[in-house]
Amino acid sequence: MIDFKEKFVNRRKLIKLFATGVAAALAPFAAKESDAKIDWEEYFQKHFKLMTKEEKEKLVKRLEQKYKEKYKKEFKVKISDAMQNVEFGYALNLSKCIGCRRCVYACVKENNLSRKPQIQYIRVLRMKNGEFDVEKSEHYYEPALVPEPGYFYFPVQCQQCKKAPCVKACPIKATWTEPDGIVVVDYNWCIGCKYCMSACPYFGRRFNRGEPVIPENEINTTVHYLGNRPRPMNVVEKCTFCIQRSREGKYPACLEACPVGARKFGNLLDPEDEIRQVIDNKRVFIFKQDLNTIPRFYYFFHD
Amino acid sequence: MLRKTKLLFLLFLFLFVYKNVFAKKEYPVPYPPLSPGIFPCMNCHEGLERNKKKRALKEMHQNIKIENHGDRWCYDCHDERNLDRLKLSNGEYVKFQESYRLCGQCHGNVYNDWQKGIHGKRIGNWKGEKQYLLCVHCHDPHSPRFKAMKPEPAPVRPDKATTH
Ligand code: HEC
Ligand code: HEC
Ligand code: HEC
Ligand code: HEC
Repeated sequence: MIDFKEKFVNRRKLIKLFATGVAAALAPFAAKESDAKIDWEEYFQKHFKLMTKEEKEKLVKRLEQKYKEKYKKEFKVKISDAMQNVEFGYALNLSKCIGCRRCVYACVKENNLSRKPQIQYIRVLRMKNGEFDVEKSEHYYEPALVPEPGYFYFPVQCQQCKKAPCVKACPIKATWTEPDGIVVVDYNWCIGCKYCMSACPYFGRRFNRGEPVIPENEINTTVHYLGNRPRPMNVVEKCTFCIQRSREGKYPACLEACPVGARKFGNLLDPEDEIRQVIDNKRVFIFKQDLNTIPRFYYFFHD
Repeated sequence: MLRKTKLLFLLFLFLFVYKNVFAKKEYPVPYPPLSPGIFPCMNCHEGLERNKKKRALKEMHQNIKIENHGDRWCYDCHDERNLDRLKLSNGEYVKFQESYRLCGQCHGNVYNDWQKGIHGKRIGNWKGEKQYLLCVHCHDPHSPRFKAMKPEPAPVRPDKATTH
């Protein structure tokens, strides 16, 4: 079964390779020798989860070299594993959120999201007070000042589900749940079929339909293989609770950017953690609970 | 020898009790959001007479007005003898780095939530060192109602997005 899948992937990637080969012939600058060598290795890369430590380290070197040539900057590509006894959770206080979108742009910057075409992991829905209806919500609101009277705001991003429909939908296991609960994508493995996107009920995933564009002076060079490293075109990507930060003990960027303190994050397994303080002491709810995806993302109302 | 161990034991016991019972918990905070150049206050106030009268300030601090903060006035919170610190209602003095204790006197529930991390915000590390934003990082102590702000731009509408 696995064998078949690996063959399948390699074949897909070979087709891709021939396509790029043609493109390379047309574009004189892309035909450098080092590029060619690097790309061959990428096409025959093993599945990330099946790689040995040495293979991963080699991969890191290769990527750092590749990014250096492409972006003219020194990158640090991390492959840090999940910490022991940690399962991440997130909670968002809807009484506090004012819909200012500071989180959206902090995320874009931290995670090297494409500015053009525009990709944003967080979408803030505006809803009328007393009317919780996603269908009637508005996310293009643009008043002079927020909050606006009569409305509340409902930010949505990947809910890092325990029973993630996106993971089940992937035909080639290019996306999976890590031991700390983060649902990740291997962009070197993803073939861009978008089945996961259709499977996600939360609009948690985004597709890179163009070559991602990031202003040179805003590139974040501290990256994780399974997170914010520069994405190739035609792959699916998503929020990873800032895996490059959270696995080092840091808060995600969206949390730190929130001016009202509506965002809470931490280890669900530690009763002293602020995330547990929220879940244990406040009435929390889960978005689209009836779908039974069991998110690790909670919402609550608390003044 | 025995006496020495006994002494040492007593010393540890004392330290333990002191740390857990008497010493109040301090929270690491970022530097208070004081205006540049305003601190130490006593640079100016050393030679100024205190004026407890409620009034519109004309010569200095013209921007300070007490709004949505009930009947408070300057020396309910600032120490009139030494303006470089704050004063609690029980007469205890606190540094600007501990102004949460001042606010906590009247906003006990919020203070409680703040200590648990539910109200307000912590930055830095979820695991390891973190800093607690002071109440005054988000609320102007003199006019504490949270101010409305300009939102960041809405996402580009798909119909308006170009293909490259
Ligand atoms: C540059 C000089 C200067 C600095 C620095 C300064 N003050 Fe003042 N302050 C004044 C002057 C002058 C007045 C009188 C204003 C008036 O009566 O119109 C005043 C008035 C006040 C008052 C009103 C009550 C009174 O006794 O007049 C308070 C309270 C006060 N200042 C607190 C502070 C605090 C707290 C700081 C430091 C965080 C500070 N000031 C720093 C010059 C200063
Ligand atoms: C509710 C308590 C409270 C009251 C009442 C109050 N203050 Fe303050 N004030 C504070 C606290 C707390 C700070 C410290 C803010 C910080 O850490 O940045 C402060 C800061 C200041 C500063 C420094 C501001 C700056 O620009 O950095 C001045 C000046 C000052 N107060 C003057 C006054 C004056 C004058 C009054 C009376 C009109 C007054 N305060 C009433 C609590 C109070
Ligand atoms: C001596 C008691 C007292 C202290 C000390 C005090 N407050 Fe208040 N605060 C009040 C009261 C009473 C109100 C309600 C005022 C009203 O409704 O007009 C209030 C209201 C507020 C509000 C709500 C304002 C609104 O209308 O939205 C905030 C926020 C607030 N305080 C923050 C603070 C902060 C921050 C501090 C510390 C710098 C502080 N308070 C210190 C008594 C106090
Ligand atoms: C990260 C920013 C932030 C910090 C830090 C913060 N607050 Fe608030 N606070 C808010 C926001 C946002 C609101 C909601 C404002 C609203 O509903 O109009 C609020 C509301 C309040 C209110 C009025 C509502 C209520 O529940 O009574 C009080 C009082 C208050 N805060 C006191 C405090 C005190 C005291 C501290 C420190 C111990 C503190 N805040 C720290 C952001 C903050």
